[in-house]
Amino acid sequence: MEYSEKVMEHFAHPHNVGKIEDADGIGEVGNAKCGDIMKMYIKVNAGIITDVKFNTYGCASAIATSSMATDMIKGKPITEALRLTNQAVVEALDGLPAVKIHCSVLAEEAIKAAVKDYYDKNGIAYDPALFKEDCCHYDHHHAE
Amino acid sequence: MQVYADNAATTKLSKTALDAMMPYLTDIYGNASSLYNIGQEAHHGVQHARETVAKVLNADPSEVYFTSGGSEADNWAIKGVAELMAKKGKKHIITSAFEHHAVLHTVQKLEKYGFEVTYLPVYENGIVHVEDVKNAIREDTALVTIMYANNEIGTIQPIAEIGAVCHEKGVLFHTDAVQAAGHVPIDVRAQNIDMLSMSAHKFHGPKGIGALYCRKGIRLPNLIEGGAQESGRRAGTESVYAMVGMAAALKEASDHMAENAAHMSKLRDRLIDGLLKIESSRLNGDRENRLPGNVNISFEGVEGESLLLYLDMKGVSASSGSACTSGSLDPSHVLLAIGLPHEVAHGSLRLSLCESNTEEEIDYIISCVPEIIERLRSMSPLWERIQKERGNA
Repeated sequence: MEYSEKVMEHFAHPHNVGKIEDADGIGEVGNAKCGDIMKMYIKVNAGIITDVKFNTYGCASAIATSSMATDMIKGKPITEALRLTNQAVVEALDGLPAVKIHCSVLAEEAIKAAVKDYYDKNGIAYDPALFKEDCCHYDHHHAE
Repeated sequence: MQVYADNAATTKLSKTALDAMMPYLTDIYGNASSLYNIGQEAHHGVQHARETVAKVLNADPSEVYFTSGGSEADNWAIKGVAELMAKKGKKHIITSAFEHHAVLHTVQKLEKYGFEVTYLPVYENGIVHVEDVKNAIREDTALVTIMYANNEIGTIQPIAEIGAVCHEKGVLFHTDAVQAAGHVPIDVRAQNIDMLSMSAHKFHGPKGIGALYCRKGIRLPNLIEGGAQESGRRAGTESVYAMVGMAAALKEASDHMAENAAHMSKLRDRLIDGLLKIESSRLNGDRENRLPGNVNISFEGVEGESLLLYLDMKGVSASSGSACTSGSLDPSHVLLAIGLPHEVAHGSLRLSLCESNTEEEIDYIISCVPEIIERLRSMSPLWERIQKERGNA
């Protein structure tokens, strides 16, 4: 198993680490038992994600994907952020080892959870199909 | 500063071993089975290596079989005894919950072939109870296999006592001594050991070579059919340089064992004390009955892979029992076996020392770890939650 230079760069110097005290939306996914939790905070203004921060407990790829995913949605319209796929995050990081793909799934889900929280708090109607009920139903066994 | 603190994974080849090996990699290239001079010289190398290993273990040279390493020795001993005993209708094996995978996966495979396996608990301190072994032995028990010292938490098992119980009941006893050989005294006779696995690269020997000690009288089935090497039980032209290197490294380790152990355990204790000053940390495994070079500590709220990669950036090589380093969903089975919750096991760090580590290196590690833990905790939602639960937020 080997990490790309991009992953190591984002792990060594992650972007957007921290919290937003007056966040408009907060999304938390993952669980301690599996060894990774991601928490994302967003500020929204006129449909644009003006600021985003994250806190992550997890391995190097969990931290790197959090860093990259937050970079990719910062300053973007919410509608665009919702279209961010885990695959796009993986590609932006020049790939992830197969056993680490679930970290990118978590990053995608953390963003969606933060947006959902923003929608819920502001009474904004949305298609529930956009958001999964439980963020931890992804398959963890990529090792085969 | 560069500090290598992963000696339980592998060690640096010793100069003594390298020097002993070189002639067999250059001039003495003969096949040890050949009758002319250069072959006989190689043969003497093999013979001498076998005698040296046997002497260190207090075994007879005819009881030492060279293998490719510890995993092969474990596989051979367990599968061999299983085959032997199945003929007598004995299809029960006793082992512990925290064996190396070379043992665990082997007995799990045997379960598929109708063997029943008892996995003994190792309790919070990581030590098997001799009484448990005694109580688990049945009429149809084919083998007891308990590791000498654990590879992750370094706990040393009551080997002689377990061996005595096995012999009382007439059951064969195998021990995976991969982490113990060259580090703590081994006497197969005094400790009632029937079979023992070891691996050269754990005591500054070369990789790709190990040995199985198998007591005379145990008719272990052949591992590899072919030529007459290893008494015909493991055919194939000998890797003479590797055998010679293993023997030289083992003799060196054995000759300096007491002083090395004294030096390493002093460094180990300094490191343990230094790291336990970090809030919400715990030492895994018994503090007294542990290998002189083993330190294994869990830090709540952090994940082990991140910890060891940040340590790597500081020049420190270590390992972790987190799921992310095991390549699976679960953290180390060893840490779970001693009762750690998953989230605590994910935050474990193993530092394994050798005799060439220095006090300066230990102090450097002690100076690096707290800031990394602090950094990881400052961005950890899990740590935030733990703090909230404790009313610290």
